[in-house]
Amino acid sequence: MERETGAREGLKGWLNPSKIGKFGIERLAWLLMRLTGLGLLAYFIGHIYETSHILDGKAVWDKSLEMTQTTEGHLFLALVIGMCVFHTGNGIRLMIAQMGYGIGKAERPDYPYKPQSINMKGKACIYATLGMAALAMWYGMAVMFA
Amino acid sequence: MATIHPKLSDELSQTVVSSTKSVKIKIKRSNPNVNSEQKFDDFVVPIEKWTTVLDVLLDVKSHLDHSVGVRYSCRQASCGSCGMKINGKPGLACFTKISELDSDTVTVEPMDNYPVVRDLAVNMDRMINNHKKVMPYVIREDSEIDAESGIREFLQSPENVEKYIQFSSCIKCGLCNSACPTMSMDKTFVGPQALAQAYRYIADDRDKGKNKRLKVIDESHGIWRCHFAGSCSQVCPKGVDPAMGIQLLRGYLLGIRD
Repeated sequence: MERETGAREGLKGWLNPSKIGKFGIERLAWLLMRLTGLGLLAYFIGHIYETSHILDGKAVWDKSLEMTQTTEGHLFLALVIGMCVFHTGNGIRLMIAQMGYGIGKAERPDYPYKPQSINMKGKACIYATLGMAALAMWYGMAVMFA
Repeated sequence: MATIHPKLSDELSQTVVSSTKSVKIKIKRSNPNVNSEQKFDDFVVPIEKWTTVLDVLLDVKSHLDHSVGVRYSCRQASCGSCGMKINGKPGLACFTKISELDSDTVTVEPMDNYPVVRDLAVNMDRMINNHKKVMPYVIREDSEIDAESGIREFLQSPENVEKYIQFSSCIKCGLCNSACPTMSMDKTFVGPQALAQAYRYIADDRDKGKNKRLKVIDESHGIWRCHFAGSCSQVCPKGVDPAMGIQLLRGYLLGIRD
């Protein structure tokens, strides 16, 4: 009986940067979707905790707000903006693809095989989403650091 | 008795060794049944422009180290036996030419997400079991051979064949499951191979077993665990495009597509 060791890659299968090089921009989008999802969940929990301080009076509330008024706080919020925009844009792309649209049509494959589901439309959407996230982060920083 | 064929020694003496190039192959060695040690053994092998990774491995086995464990059979990308990680990416050893890799060193490892049997051979039970679970055959109450009703065969139009013919090219090599990031974390995920095969039979208008199959795939570790990384389709050596099959099947389950 073979050992089950090595039967699954575990987190290495997610985070290994060489996988992105070998499997392309779609794999990067998949990884960023997971990471931004986890990041936004963590932010959501932190946000609920922070805003709950309003119940403790104005002084405590003002003090908690000061946390985001620092350079580090602004950079963190810019990151949240980027995560939010990427997760939304890429999520819309995925919802459309997962309904079966924009992934090509099933047909007899001819050599050299090129998967239709990995196409330029999808790649363009990923690059556009990354661009929008970068733009939103830049605009957010311009406002916060003004 | 007259000799019709030349003697083996004659054949060998006529063999022209024209190879001027060589490649270093690094083979990941392990035997989990003995111990947990893993190491890479390096071999230098002469190559021609048509030499495949499997050719190199068989050269190593023949002349340098007989103990290298590798599974293979047809040598023409039809049997799906020789799947392995070649320079970090899953591929068929018989279908990957050394010249295409554009590297003086080739690293071969067993496929990810499968338990290793020995060296490059992996246990594919999980994939085969998942493949069986989706009932990869046409399900009908009636029979193809039914004298009373006069049915002789299930007729199908060429247009309907086109809907699933792409997915029927699967050779069960398991490369898609090896590349899938969900497979790397979820030990009960059905996997892209089985899901694409489920679509192949659901899209077949002769089949009447959709509901039975949907019970297997429409659950939390079934089709909804695919997050469309597309890696399965990138490595498929037969142009099956499992990612497309999965998304089309999901569209069907959502009632959006036929």
